[in-house]
Amino acid sequence: MIKKEFPILSKEINNKPLIYLDNASTTQKPASVIDEIQEYYECTNSNIHRGVHHLSQKATEEYEEARKKIQKFIGATSSKEIVFVRGATEAVNLVANSYVNPLLSEGDNIIISHMEHHANIVPWQLIAKQKNIEIRVIPINEKGELVITELDNLIDKQTKFISLNHVSNSLGTINPVEELIQKAHRNNIRIMIDGAQAVQHMKVNVTDLDVDFYCFSGHKMYGPTGIGILYGKKEILDKMEPYQGGGDMIKSVTFEKTIYNDVPHIFEAGTPNIVGAIGLGKAIDFIEKTTLEKIEEHEMDLLNYATQKISKIEGVRIIGTSENKASVISFVMDGIHPHDIGTIMDNLGIAIRAGHHCTQPVMDFYDIPATARASFAIYNTKKDIDKLIEGIEKTKEVFA
Amino acid sequence: MSEFNELYMEVILDHNKNPRNKGVIDDHTNHADGHNPLCGDKISLDLIIENDTVKEIKFTGSGCAISTASSSLLTEHIIGKKTSEIRHLFEEFHDLVTADKSDTDNLGKLSVFEGVKKYPARVKCATLAWHTLIAAIDGDREVSTE
Repeated sequence: MIKKEFPILSKEINNKPLIYLDNASTTQKPASVIDEIQEYYECTNSNIHRGVHHLSQKATEEYEEARKKIQKFIGATSSKEIVFVRGATEAVNLVANSYVNPLLSEGDNIIISHMEHHANIVPWQLIAKQKNIEIRVIPINEKGELVITELDNLIDKQTKFISLNHVSNSLGTINPVEELIQKAHRNNIRIMIDGAQAVQHMKVNVTDLDVDFYCFSGHKMYGPTGIGILYGKKEILDKMEPYQGGGDMIKSVTFEKTIYNDVPHIFEAGTPNIVGAIGLGKAIDFIEKTTLEKIEEHEMDLLNYATQKISKIEGVRIIGTSENKASVISFVMDGIHPHDIGTIMDNLGIAIRAGHHCTQPVMDFYDIPATARASFAIYNTKKDIDKLIEGIEKTKEVFA
Repeated sequence: MSEFNELYMEVILDHNKNPRNKGVIDDHTNHADGHNPLCGDKISLDLIIENDTVKEIKFTGSGCAISTASSSLLTEHIIGKKTSEIRHLFEEFHDLVTADKSDTDNLGKLSVFEGVKKYPARVKCATLAWHTLIAAIDGDREVSTE
């Protein structure tokens, strides 16, 4: 039973056994990750890339070892292409500021999509305002899929960058990123894929994809919060401006001239989240031990089971009905606000997300204020989904 | 469904389903829009205030059961009241949904919201209409609960 590896899943919430279905927000952590974090602070804690003393060396080794694990995990050709950041949000901000911003002149444009998380909208708006450029948006259809044919109409000579998510956090849609990357490259445009909702569900190989930048967050893939990854092709990273200045991102500093460190360290100013990186390495061990094939198979099984059951309930509508979905189900109920659904569920010990999921344009598209969202991970079971269905029925009863 | 009674009291469910004083007042003297960005709840209030007394009030908007019922019950409760009384009522109401001990003497039916206290995430739902009301009385047009 994989649930047993996750200490929090044996807890009670409101005197009911916890049913955790908010995995697209953050996943729970296996004991192996939690133990590793504790052990690091008890046995290894030290600063990296600095001291000659034993602990500093050990901490540096473990930190860099984690980088290599991540490199292998996403199929990057070199660990120098793996930049530790706070999360996918910081990765987008880093690319927006250090790569895209210097490319921009007034009248240029960059392309995102209607289903982006706010983290892949707002950083672009910030530089758009600064550089007086346009943000173009690939539309979505009623099923919650990108209207990819529109991309051809959006791209022109002044398109300088494309940034799209791999999997939508509020709709669950898996986008055909290979096709999108090829389309971008045919037009000589670099592209970033936000994989915050992808890497925990399916095998991603950045080299096969030939993607220019790819990013994700550790805490959505069984790892700790505050750590994330930016992958970038080395030849691009090599030419990029630093993101933040500070210690560790330099080779030498005088008041006259500072020489920056090599990639990836140039993008990791200050003492990084060392234990976060090491914890993320352990989370990857967990995923690889379980295997992504099994995770995907299990989650698809849960998704199909839940979709079938929810579709049968009168007065409930699923938002996001693409054929190609990750284990995320957003739904609305006639006459009942998602927050009320969330509160009833909480009373039953069921954790779901209710709100706009940081995707307000998606909510506007469907003309709804919010959705309730259940998202599944490897430790969820059909029994959990039966409880969710009971919760939906109970909600209907209360608001009958 | 007994476990939900402390929050979703019958009165609340009733006012959610059949909100009172819904609509607009074209010749209103005061108006404000309230918005809870966290959950997307929106409310607009129209009032006719004469001699510092609320003669009429109507609301429109969309929100959860708690926010809709709170708007509806509020409109029923404050008609005919002085604005100074209303300010005092808001303080009492705020205490009702947040503080351990509260004086509910003047709240009447509004005390059905006492259950909100146990749901800190829902306090803003219950108070959005009140924040909007105070803004309307003060002559502010917009208020956001963040």
